[in-house]
Amino acid sequence: MTGSVNDILAVRDLKKTFGSLVAARDITVSVPVEQTVGVIGANGAGKTTFVNMITGHLTPSKGSILFEGNDITGKPSREITRLGISRSFQVAQIFPTLTVFENMCTAAAIARTSGGVFANLTTPVHSAAATAEADTTIELFQIARYRDMVASQLPQGLRKLLDIGMAVVSWPRLLLLDEPTSGISIEEKFDLMQVVMSALKSRKITVLFVEHDMEIVARFADRVLAFYDGTVIADGTPTETLNNPQVQELISGVKVKTAAGSAGHA
Amino acid sequence: MGGKGQLVGGLMFLIAAASAPLLPDWVISLATIAFANALVVLGLVVLWRVGLVSFGQALYYCIGAYTVALTARWTGFNDAFGLVLMGGLAAGLMAILIGFLLARYREIFFAMLSLALSMILYGVLVKTESLGSTDGFAVTTPTFLGFAPHAQALGRALYWLTLGVDAVAAVLIAGYFRSVSGSLAAPIRDNEIRVEFLGVSVTNIIHTKVAVAGVLGGFGGALAALAIGHVDPNMAYWTTSGGFVFVTILAGAGSVAAAFVGSLVFEAVRSFAVDVMPGLWQMTLGSVLLLTILFLPDGLGSLMVRLRRRGETKATRAGS
Repeated sequence: MTGSVNDILAVRDLKKTFGSLVAARDITVSVPVEQTVGVIGANGAGKTTFVNMITGHLTPSKGSILFEGNDITGKPSREITRLGISRSFQVAQIFPTLTVFENMCTAAAIARTSGGVFANLTTPVHSAAATAEADTTIELFQIARYRDMVASQLPQGLRKLLDIGMAVVSWPRLLLLDEPTSGISIEEKFDLMQVVMSALKSRKITVLFVEHDMEIVARFADRVLAFYDGTVIADGTPTETLNNPQVQELISGVKVKTAAGSAGHA
Repeated sequence: MGGKGQLVGGLMFLIAAASAPLLPDWVISLATIAFANALVVLGLVVLWRVGLVSFGQALYYCIGAYTVALTARWTGFNDAFGLVLMGGLAAGLMAILIGFLLARYREIFFAMLSLALSMILYGVLVKTESLGSTDGFAVTTPTFLGFAPHAQALGRALYWLTLGVDAVAAVLIAGYFRSVSGSLAAPIRDNEIRVEFLGVSVTNIIHTKVAVAGVLGGFGGALAALAIGHVDPNMAYWTTSGGFVFVTILAGAGSVAAAFVGSLVFEAVRSFAVDVMPGLWQMTLGSVLLLTILFLPDGLGSLMVRLRRRGETKATRAGS
């Protein structure tokens, strides 16, 4: 699965160290356009470090990241966003004092400028185009009922939807979701993922999502990467990866269930 | 502020301009200073919205004032429009430079660093004999596109000039608050990480705000220098900065108009307090500030919003 021209993302020999701690090492992964990739692994296995390096939150110690053939290694997060990679966060990153609409409209307006000082000064935040884009995305994520509610009053699941919606309003081509269902009750998880995944499919977005719940991974991913000790130990279809004996022993199996608590309902 | 707010603002501006011939001289001179200082306050409102307080805004005020005074003194150029423009631009240039440093700081560090920078200018001016040291020096009487009004007419001309600059500033800043750059105040205060991940440099946005506030401070100082007819290092002193912060708390950051109303109320209260109880005027101002914080934590501007809301509820009740 490496080195095809259809790859939207190509990561080579990625490594990240914090002092003597190796958080990620020898990661080589390619992702073709419109694939939905699930990323699993116990806490501390390097999943979020991996996401953070692709989105520019962390600079890799070694290796390269190509997005649509362009080297984006070590670029600042805002530049990477402008190139077409968006992300959501494990803890929803929204603007709590703004309404749902204002949150979305701010994101939509920013996406419509070039990001330069002059462009930011001359582009209105509530332009007709930004307002329409914001409302379309609010509809797409099925949160229109809460449009004028202040974001701090939203329950956790809706915050997550808003967070992902704000990442999608710029029409990214690659979206990284860091634990989209963390903090959500078991009953709500599937519905939330259903809303998110159908929205992303409708926009033909390539998705890489970190997830602890093996049922959700099996249901929504086309392909699953298993992380252990900073590197990828299995890569294949959900059935292949989840049935891999090493994965079962180290990640999805009984041992991890007790060790990492949140690791799963598999 | 919607279309209705702008209409009311425009009307207030016209009334203020048209009533000039009817008002006594002392009101004109008080209002001129108040409306000049209001520009500095408007700059502080820009910063306030993003959660930053500058205790050194007098730096730009002083640069604007000294630019006017020195240009007139050294070159003989004394056209009020040109001088005021130069004062604003000189302060803006300084703000752009300082912004490279300041934009990286937040909270108390931002406040103290801006305070320190203004005190450096104060120190330099006090030590410079050729610039009049602590006494400062007089500002040449300005002309207006060739006209040279005197005494009473000069006061009116400066009042109108100040109102004109205020009107332009109010319209531009209202527009700025509607732009992406200007609206990124509450979002940055709420969550800088999210703003960065949406594709905007928070540092650049804050830098822009520092520059905008600096330009406004410079215009305020330039107009004040012409209105007072004298400049001295106290214009950069920290109590001057503190006074502007005081008015910002009094006015609140809710609307552009509040900066002008707040500044006028402040000057009126101050001159009244000095008149009635010369020894206790600071105490009066302190009490006003205390009452504002206790009963109007969002400033005088919030009073206007409250009144408007009450009017709307009454209207709906009457309608139903």
